[in-house]
Formats: sequence, structure tokens, C-alpha cells
Amino acid sequence: MRWNRITTATAVSAAVALSLVACGGPKAKPGGSASEGGGATPEFNAAVGKIFNPSDKKGGTLRMAITQNWDSTDPGDTYYGLSWNLVRNYVRPLMTFAAKPGAEGAKPVPDLAEAPGVPSDDAKTWTYKIRKGIKFEDGTPVTSKDVKYAVARSLDKVTLPNGPTYFNDFLLGIPANYSVYKDPTLAGVAKAIETPDDNTIVFHLNKPFASFDYFAQLPSTAPVPQKKDTGAKYKEHPIATGPYKFESYNANTGISLVRNDQYDPSTDPDSGRKALPDKITVAFNVEGTDIDNRLLAGDLDVDIAGTGVQPETQAKILADPKLKAHADNVPAPRLNFTVINSQVAPLDNVHCRKAVLYAADHEGYQRAYGGPIGGDIATNLMPPGITGSEQFDDYGFKTDKNGNVDKAKQELQQCGQPNGFAMNIAYRTDRAKEKAVAETLQQSLKRVGINLTTKPYPTGDYTKLYAGKPAFAKANKLGLIVYSWGADWNDGFGFLSQIVDSRVIREAGGNTNLGIRIPEVDTMIDQALKTTDETARNKIWVDIDKKVMEQAAALPGIWAKGLLYRPDTLANVFTNDGQNMYDYAAIGLAQK
Amino acid sequence: MLAYLVRRVIGAVILLFIVTAVTFSIFFLVPRLGGATADDLASRYVGRSVGAEQIHETAVRLGFTDPLYVQYGRFVKGLVAGTDYNYGAGVERCPAPCFGYSYLTQTPVWPDLVARIPVTASLAGGAAFIWLVTGVGTGIISALKRGSILDRSLMSVALAGVSLPIFFTGLLSLSIFSYGLGWTVQGGTNPLDETNPLWWAYDLILPWVTLAFLYAAAYARLTRAGMLETMNEDFVRTARAKGLTERDVVIKHGLRSALTPILTIFGLDLGLLMGGAILTETTFSLPGIGQYAVIALQANDLPKVLGVTLVAAFFIVLANLIVDLLYAVVDPRVRIS
Repeated sequence: MRWNRITTATAVSAAVALSLVACGGPKAKPGGSASEGGGATPEFNAAVGKIFNPSDKKGGTLRMAITQNWDSTDPGDTYYGLSWNLVRNYVRPLMTFAAKPGAEGAKPVPDLAEAPGVPSDDAKTWTYKIRKGIKFEDGTPVTSKDVKYAVARSLDKVTLPNGPTYFNDFLLGIPANYSVYKDPTLAGVAKAIETPDDNTIVFHLNKPFASFDYFAQLPSTAPVPQKKDTGAKYKEHPIATGPYKFESYNANTGISLVRNDQYDPSTDPDSGRKALPDKITVAFNVEGTDIDNRLLAGDLDVDIAGTGVQPETQAKILADPKLKAHADNVPAPRLNFTVINSQVAPLDNVHCRKAVLYAADHEGYQRAYGGPIGGDIATNLMPPGITGSEQFDDYGFKTDKNGNVDKAKQELQQCGQPNGFAMNIAYRTDRAKEKAVAETLQQSLKRVGINLTTKPYPTGDYTKLYAGKPAFAKANKLGLIVYSWGADWNDGFGFLSQIVDSRVIREAGGNTNLGIRIPEVDTMIDQALKTTDETARNKIWVDIDKKVMEQAAALPGIWAKGLLYRPDTLANVFTNDGQNMYDYAAIGLAQK
Repeated sequence: MLAYLVRRVIGAVILLFIVTAVTFSIFFLVPRLGGATADDLASRYVGRSVGAEQIHETAVRLGFTDPLYVQYGRFVKGLVAGTDYNYGAGVERCPAPCFGYSYLTQTPVWPDLVARIPVTASLAGGAAFIWLVTGVGTGIISALKRGSILDRSLMSVALAGVSLPIFFTGLLSLSIFSYGLGWTVQGGTNPLDETNPLWWAYDLILPWVTLAFLYAAAYARLTRAGMLETMNEDFVRTARAKGLTERDVVIKHGLRSALTPILTIFGLDLGLLMGGAILTETTFSLPGIGQYAVIALQANDLPKVLGVTLVAAFFIVLANLIVDLLYAVVDPRVRIS
């Protein structure tokens, strides 16, 4: 009898499984239709800086996914590029990057504001007028006080720790450890932000800042009604002013956005927002390879991270012309580089630093990141996509791709270390590409007698406790520190300020400048901050780049690129220099 | 029997508290012994480019500046009596069992675990059924056909199953059956979103089979060994001599005796899996406890890590308890002793 039961159970299980497979097949999931790109012919890089399959047709669900999750969906508490891209769909900051392809997409244009900021007092005061007719999702009109509150709340880095600290650093007279939750009347920001009427907001800075419109495009300037602020829980439902609002939020599984019926496109003439899909979903914690496979199968529309497919998928795509036609090799405003720490002898001598630059194998550096698809050999700091940047090659990286041993030895002679020296090189443990960089530098520098010992450190604590903590780096002879840096936005300040200004180095750790200390550079940065003429300002940032290279304070590796996959389900898809991934405020779905 | 049960339950609770103390020590005491200050610990949970003052303020908010016994006491108090949490704009009550709040997302851990346990249970339960049926079945057949081509073939497959890691068989099966043939769902789904139980099973069929392949192999080998040993026992010969049918001899006498060690292993395996099938959940993007553990560990999110550890320990202790009680049902000799 028992035997029969086991047999029956097995048979039933098998039958159920088979019937599921037979009758089911892959489930039809809601989402983008699977037409062939709306008639457009897919080709490699078809969406890089130009629109692929232009469309104004609305409808469908844009399905996005990410391997884990990002810091926060709260506009006042986020520092991820993908988040700054997505957030434009549900909130409207004072300014925003235009949703346009190419270089046009890197220009801040008025969003909540009527026009760009008006500077006064040598660029220490900035005034914005708020557009009339903009409402929150509950129908309440937006006023300048909501913007003031939004910026003020973002100053609380204990409750909302993730966002940038630009407003903390630049606004006038902000008390230490300021929190709106302890100061509901906002008395602490009275000197810094004024709202003379419901449509005007005035920012007072503690030092000149000529490109304040870039600050005004930060998501933290998107209005927040004080009464609806739920502190650390606000991310679960930010009050929308954009074309979409939150339908659901689950920190474990994902979010969904639906249309905000209080959004009026007539109040939004400059941003270029299209708001084409009827719904946007983002799934969290999806395995990376799974994301790629679903993209390839058309079961997912976008990998929201926007940094590129997995290495194994990249190989598969590049080997298949049909798949490659759906790929975009997108330049990122990111430099993968190695800091040369002048606090560790003998790297306090500029000639020893130059010896490192000459001896390095630049092609090897590029190979570590997957070859030319991973990025171009960098000859200086600022990537080509940065507004006003220039490319120069003072050390001949492109002519001597594998290094110049003779020049390196000459520099070592001048440095008083003709036989080379020993040094440690730090990298992040779980980043295979950084490990490969450390190893390729180890091999190439050995040719001139510079013997490197590799020192891996945990990624999570890399800048906070190890390589980014000056005392630790010095004590452990971390002369070379492998690192990577992406621009907060694509101008000289947005890219360079956090990695070359010695005054941002904090002894407590958590630094992004891992050891570049050049007094002239600090002075030049101050000059750039108060230069209101954009062309002149950009020139100063180029000069800063040249000064850092002249001082051999960093070894540029590659200007990064990512390989994105563009399924046939997408329409009106493009990249630009503002987002450096598909623009999520313009993207739509191919309609049948 | 009741006294035994009470004794075991009290023992289990004590064991769980020992687990909390040990886990808490690993994450909070050991870094201190290594020289890390409260601010060093807090620096993991602040944003980029913040100053020392904000790091210290965060250390105070997270309670790192308090003595360790106070921190542990607060954790245990939260577990048994709940606690209050300040989220900036207000204070909310976190009822018992409160596992604390994530240092990074500032969301309570317990609801996360509650939402994920059914996913892990769905995975573990279905896979356990498959591996038990196929593994034990294969083991019996192999034992009865000892030395035959069938036995050798089945044991070779079993060896492969034991040897191949989940991330290999999982990705391979996804590649073939999901992305290649399109027979199964293409990952990333939450089976609990389904309202139709058939779709629930459809979402899980590939993870079930993949996970079951690993375990079934071990169970097949275990059952075969147990059966071979048991079938040579005197009482089996006696059963045959009594004139019982071969089926009764195998099922009622041979298998029943061989099942005792399998039950022990099964309890432990199921308990372990309920604490999170890390590789399977990660490979198939299933939002279960195992995936949660990976996320928590990667982010150094200690309240989440503590939560997962405790939940895993709870299921292992519970499974052991149930197995011990079931011994008496399966093996009459235990009942007599």
C-alpha cells in the first residue's frame, strides 16, 4: 500500500510538472511589446548620442531591474547616477539636465524654476523664480517654501546620510549637525535660504560659486511639503511633482510608478521629459546574469544600473553580430586611475612619481578593464565627455602604450633612486579589474626596479578605513592606490573638485581625494569657483588637470565605457553626456 | 513525553540566546578588540564626503558609543519586548520580536524576514519533497539492484549531483530550459506574487529541480548504503522467512529501519535551507532569506545579518526538535528505550 502511495506521488508530481511545462511555456508578462524596434534597423552604437527609434507614442510598462538596490529613492538622500536619472520622472528639481541626446543632455535647463539662477554679490547669492501652476500629486500648489524645506532637510546627514554635501559645504551659516527635525521652524537656515514670496527662493553662499545651476539640478532641490515629510521613510513615497508617482515600494522586491494626474506638461516646456510609458517598474535584487539574459530575451527593457552588461554577456554580445547591433558602447564620465600618494617616501619626489607614469603599461591597464570596449587609454584626468575638457598626452601614453622604460629610469636617476624602490599598491578585494590593474602595474614597474606588493582591502571600508584614511595609507606604505571616479555632473567642478582639492581630505577617512595635495591646484579651484564666464572657467579646470599631470600626482588608466544592451522593446532611446546611460526621462516602448 | 518536550523547548530557547550572544560578539566585540572605535564602525553607515562630526553623530544614533553590554541588552530587549525607533520625522514602535533596523535603509528587519520566509519555505519545501522522493527511491532501487548497470548508472548520476555546485547547475539549467527552450520562467520572479498555485509551482520548478538534484544525489547514496546494510540484517531474513512479500520486506522492514539516519539528515538539511538557500536564491533571483543574507553581508548591515543568523538558528533548532520527536514514530526501538 505504502509503495503504491510513493509511486502515485511521484507520478502525480511528474504529471503536474509536465503539464505545467506543456500548457504553460513562458508566461506572458505585461510590458513592452516585442516589435522589431518600431521599424528602425538596429545597429551598434545606434543610441549613443542620437535617438534610436524616435517615438512620441505613449503606453506600456517599462520594466527595469537592478542587481541589488541603490541608496534611496528619496530625492534628498541619493547619490547614485541611475537614481538622479530616474528621479526626474517623479520629482522636479529647480533645474534639470535636458532629456536630449549627446552634449545637449549635459546642460542644466529650468525645470521647477522659470529660468536659470540669477547671480549677485560675486556669485555668492543666487535667486530663482518658481513656475506657477505646478502641483504636488495631492493637488497642493508648489511654493518656494517647499523647495527651501527640501534643501534644508537634505542637510541632515544623520537621518538622510546618502546625498552629496554640496549644500552643507556652500550654504551660509549652517549650524553643525543641522537637522530640520530638531528645527521645524527652519531658523537654522534663515541666513542661507530666503523665500521672500511663494515664487521666489534666494540662496546665500559662504563663498562664490559660479556654476550654481549645477547645484540647483541636484534632486534635493525638488520640493518636499514639510507636513508630508516622513524622514528616513520618505523614500517609500516621495510626494510627486513629476509625470509619475509612486504606486508601490518594497525595499526587497522593487518599486512601481504610475502616471501622476496632477502633472501638467504645459508647465514643463524645457526639460524634454517625454513620459511615454504608462507605468515604470523596477525590480530589486535580480541576479546580474539573469538581468542580461532577460534583456537578451526581451523579457526586460532596461538594466537600470546603466553601467553595462556582465563580462560573460559582453563576450557573447560582441561575438554575435545580431546581438552587437543591439548594443551601445557608452562613454562614461568616469576615470579609472591610480593615485600616487605623495605622503609615502620616495613618492614625495616628483621624479619618482614621474618614473611610475613612464614605466606603467597603459595597454595593460586598458586590458584589465576588458580592452577598448571597457574604455580608452586615458592620457589625463578629465574624460572627453566633460564640458570644456581637453585631452593632452604630455607623457606619451598613446605612443608608448606599454610604457617607456628609458624615460622611467632617467626619472629614477633624478629622484635619487636609480635602482628603484619598494612600495605597496592598494586595490579593492572584490574588484577583479582593480586586482588586474595592480598586477599589471606590478609587472610593468618591476622593469625599472619599482617593486610593488599588492594589498587588497574590503570594498565597503576601502575609503573609510583603509586607502581613504591618510594615517592608515601612510603607515602601510600605500604609495599607489587603485581607484575609480565618476563625475557628479559633467563639468570641471563636478568631475575634479572631489578628487584633487586637498582641502576635502579628512583625517577621519571616507575620502574621495586619496592623496593629491598640490597647493597651486587648491588656489586654482578657488579661482574657478568665482569665475562666472563659462569659457574662462572651463579653461581653469583644464589648467588644473594639466597641473595635476605635471606634478604626476595620479596615473590615469582609462576613460571608462560601458556596453549597454538595447532590446527591441525600446523606443525613443538614447544616451547623453548628462546621464551617460539611457535617458530615463525620455525612453519609451516600441508599440505594435 | 510532555516533560521531554518542555525540556527540549527550554533548551532550544537557551541555545538561541547563546547564538545571539556569539553572533553579537562576532560583529560588535571582535572589531572593538581589533582596535576599531565607535566612529570607525559608524563610518560604514554614512554617505560620501561627510565630516567627523556627522560620523560621530551617526555612531551615537546607532548606539555604538554605548558599552557593549548595553548594546546587547538593547538588542535582546527589542527581541522580547520591542523598542521605539526615531526615523527623523517621528518615532515608531517596533513590536516584539524587533530585530532592529537596518543601518543603511533604516527599515525594520523583522518584516523583511517575515516577507522572505515564505519564499524560502516554498523553495525548500518543494525541493525537499522532490529530493526525498527521487533520492530515497533511487537509493532503494540501487540497493535492490546492487551491482547492476542500473545501479552503477544511478550512482554515477548521484555522484555528479553531489559534485556539481548549484551556481553551475542552476545557470546551466536556466540557460537550457529557460532562455534556450523557454519552458520555464525567466528568473527574477517572486513566486508569492502568483495567485494561482500552478503558476507558483511553475515559477519554482527549475529552482526546485536544481536544488533537489544536489540533495537527491546525497540521499540516494545514503539510502543505498543504509538499505544494503539493513537488508542483510537478521530481522529482514526473519521477515522473508515469515513469508512476507518482497515489497513488504523492503518497505516495512528494510526501508523503515534505514530511514532513521535519513530522517536526521533530512531535518538538518531542511532546517539549514530554511535559514536561506543562498546559492539557489541568488542564482534564480528568489527574494528569500538566503538572498537577504548575501545582501546584508555585502553591505555590512549588521542588524540584517543578526536577523538572518537568528532565523537560521531557529529553524535548525526547530528541525532538530521535530526530528527527535519523529524518531519515536519512525523507529519503534526509540520508543521502547
